[in-house]
Parts: sequence; C-alpha cells; structure tokens
Amino acid sequence: MSDTTNQLLDNLNALATGLFLLTAFGIVAMRQARGVLNLFILQSLLLAASAALLGFRHHSEHLYGVALVNLISKPIIVPWLLRKTASAEIYTRREVDQVLNIPTALLIALGLAILSYFLAQPLLNAVAPEYRGPNVPIGIAGLLIGAFTLSVRREALPLLIGLLVMENGAFLAGISISRNLPLLVELAIATDGLIIVFISGVLIRAVQKHVGTTAVGELSSLKEATVEPMEKEGTK
Amino acid sequence: MFNHILFNLVQVLVVMAFAPLASGVTSRLKEMIQSKRGPSIFQPYRDLWKLFHKDEIVSEDSSWIFRFTPYIVFVTPIFVALLIPVLTNYPLFFAFMGDMIGGGFILALGGFFATLAAVDTANPYGPIGASRTRMVGFLAEPVFMIVFFTVSFVAGSTIPYIVQEKWVTPMANFFMPSHVLLMLAFLMLILAEGGRIPVDNPTGHFELAMIDESKSLEYSGRGFALMKWGGQMKFFVLMCIFLNVLVTPWGLAGDQTLSAVLLAIPLVLFKIFCFLLVLVVIESSLSKLRLFRISEFLGAAFITSVAAMITQVFLP
Repeated sequence: MSDTTNQLLDNLNALATGLFLLTAFGIVAMRQARGVLNLFILQSLLLAASAALLGFRHHSEHLYGVALVNLISKPIIVPWLLRKTASAEIYTRREVDQVLNIPTALLIALGLAILSYFLAQPLLNAVAPEYRGPNVPIGIAGLLIGAFTLSVRREALPLLIGLLVMENGAFLAGISISRNLPLLVELAIATDGLIIVFISGVLIRAVQKHVGTTAVGELSSLKEATVEPMEKEGTK
Repeated sequence: MFNHILFNLVQVLVVMAFAPLASGVTSRLKEMIQSKRGPSIFQPYRDLWKLFHKDEIVSEDSSWIFRFTPYIVFVTPIFVALLIPVLTNYPLFFAFMGDMIGGGFILALGGFFATLAAVDTANPYGPIGASRTRMVGFLAEPVFMIVFFTVSFVAGSTIPYIVQEKWVTPMANFFMPSHVLLMLAFLMLILAEGGRIPVDNPTGHFELAMIDESKSLEYSGRGFALMKWGGQMKFFVLMCIFLNVLVTPWGLAGDQTLSAVLLAIPLVLFKIFCFLLVLVVIESSLSKLRLFRISEFLGAAFITSVAAMITQVFLP
C-alpha cells in the first residue's frame, strides 16, 4: 500500500479514537438514560470502525473478527437484552442525578484523559514503533472514564453503561497492541460482556420491583425500614 | 503590491455587501422549513435602507459611548475582514498585521462597546441582556483560546493563511482528529457567539428572554441600521473564519489576478449557503436552552476543543 493510503488510514483511525474519547465524555455528561445508551452504541460503532481500519492497515483478519464481534454484540444485542430483562421504564427516565454536578464531573474526566497519556507512555515505549497509535492512551482514558462514571452515577442503567465503557476502552487499547489475538478470546470477552448486561438487567428489574426505583445510589442501607420512605421518593 | 491592496478592499466590499444577504437567506430557509413562504431574501437590505432614512432618537441621559458604539460595532468586522482569507488562499496586504487571536480581540472590542452602550441608557432590559451576553462571552472565551492554541499547536502558526494550508496538505490531514474536533467546537462557538438557537433565539422579540438582541433595543434610525449591519457582518466574518480557515480553503482564489478573485466570490457564497443549510437544520431541530444550561452547552464545546488538543498530543 502506498504511503498516502497508510497516512489516510492512520488519520481515520485516529479520528475514530478521537470521537471515541468524545463519546466517553458525553456518557459522563448526558442526563437522559436513553441518551447514555445511544452514545454507548455510537462508541461501540467507533470501536468497530477503529478495529476494521487497523485490520485493513496491517492486513490482520483477526482485527476484522474483532470488528464484527463488536458490531453485532454491542450495538444490537446489548440494547435488545436490556429491553428484555430490565423493563422499558428505565429508558424513559430523564434527569438522571449524579453525585457531582456535570461541569465538575466533566473536568475530572478531562483530567483522567490527560492522566492516561502519562499512563500509556511506558506501555508505548515497550512496543514496536508501528504499534504506537492514539489507541492505547485513548483506550486507557476510556477505561478510567468508565470507572469514573461508575463512581458518580446513581442510576442503574448509566452504571451498567459505565462498566461497558470500561470494556470498550480495554478493547480499544488491546486491538492496537496485538494484531493476532485469537478470535476465541475475543468471542469469550464479548460473551462475558453480554452476560454482564444480562445479569445486571435482571438485577435492575429485581431492584425496581422491590424498591420501586432504579436510583441505586440512594440504596445505602440494608434495613427494610429505610427502604419504606424511599418508595415515596421513587415516584417523584 | 497594488493588487494585494485592491483584493483586500474587494474582500471588505464582499463582506459588507453579502452579510445582509446571508441573514436574509437564513430567515427565508427557516420559514421554508416551517412550511411558510417567508420574506424575500433581500428583505435585510430593504430594512437597512429604510432605517438609514429614518430619524434617530438618542436619549438625553446617554453618554458619548451610546453615540459612538454603532460605529465601532460596524467597523470592527471590517477590520477583521482585512486579516482573514475571505476570497484568496494567499496572504494579502494586511494579512500579517494580526493573527486569529488579534481578530478575536477586535471582535471582542465591538462586543465590549455594545455591552457598555446597553448599560448606558439605563433601560431596564438593556443591562439584563448585556450581562447575559457577557455570561455567554466569558464561557465562550476559554473555548476560543483552546481552539486557537490547538490550531497553533497543529499548524505551527495562528496566521489564518498558514493554518488553512495545513488541513489539506496532504489531503489525509483533513481527517486528523484534531481538525474534525476543532470544527465541532468552533461550530458550537459560532452558534453561541452568533446568538443562534440552542443559546439564543435570533427571531425572538420577548424582552425578558433576549440575550443578544436587547443590546440594540434603544437604538433607532441610522444607529440601529449600523448595529444591525455590524451584527450581520460579524456573523459573516465568523462563518468565513470557520469555512475558509478551519474547514477547508477549497473554492478560494489561487491566482493573483482580479478575475480569479472575482470568480471566488460565487464559490465562497456557495460554501456559505451550504453552511447556512446545516445551520438552519440545527436551528429548526433544537430548542432554545434554559439560561443556566448554556454553561453546559459551552462546557461541551470546551471539552470538544480540549479533546482535539489531547488527541493531537496522543498521536505518535
């Protein structure tokens, strides 16, 4: 392949990762549960695009496999599973409340993204120069921002999405470091993700049935007595 | 040399002549989306003509700032039009007098005087709108700064003529993440600075909800015409910076002849028309944000611009 094509592919891959980072910020900031899910779907599509571009660039069919697995499992099966297991009520919730206000949360997420640059540096020094792309630092940023989402969100669905964003970030970093990850491993990881979604969906439904709300951040006590007034709050 | 001065003047004339047209086209397109016929696209020219022939009333309690401001608001976009590429992709006579930051400062000067003039007459609605404009302005300022820093970081310069070359040499550079993210951030900035819909409603005439428009409430006659024309030119100049410097230099004149420069006029107008189509779709599909949500909108723009810088650092 010519140099210009390679440069174009590198830039397109970098663009996909840049937009990946942007969707991660969006997931931290978005209020509606539905919007968080849509952003997650977009992020998974960008991950698949990055994998496909890297596969084309380095002639690796394993990466095409990764792209395909991502394309099927996350944008299609995850929303379907959530719809089946957790009820439709969680989709319609607006004004998902957070521990921190949105600008503060975004600034911290920004700090995490800058931190990931320093975290990625030793890793990048260890690999061959042609594997050094923006994937590793942005993947680590996705990992950290997903973990951060887990800690600031109080609603069940965004929490679950935070977990999946962490997985997306790990995938994004992984596909650029190793070209020949066996497809079996990819499939196993993807299935793991789906099982997480399935179990969490069932759990969300159970929580909602017992407590009447999916704002799991407020469930801080094990006693029945404190749960009672929660029910009134849950209907607000 | 003489040619360059002439082309520079042509640029200014284009900005002056076509800024009201851009505003007319926008409102016409918006009405068409709402299944109405709408006013003619030449309506802004008629408005300006009418206003220039009307009497001007100036409050006795106002100071020199009030009388002086329309001229500043009118002149500042013209100065910026001297600095930026409107029609040519090679630097003109005044190109190295100031860079994009200089242009930003000149535009901010117009905004500053407009704010002072709004407070000057002690009309109750003026200061409300002025303070809101300042709020939007100081939230937009860091985004402007980061956008300019990223541009200078990527292209190695803030002179617009050098920056525009960077995005298309080689062509693959067009897809650099920093480029696309900068475009997104600057688009949000244009919406905020131009008083467009997610931030402000340009067609709203309800004083309590006004942000940008309340600054010219007290003006009449010639002063109002100058304020209006100046505002339209400011938006036109911002669009030129966005389309010619940050998006692509396509359609600009490359030859140093008058015919090439004149040929560039319809091409640039076509680019602006395409941008207006996008703008109208954005304006028609979103609703105006509540006042305290504007900080989140501009926060998103800030995050986008910083993400542009971060991804540039991440590139090997």
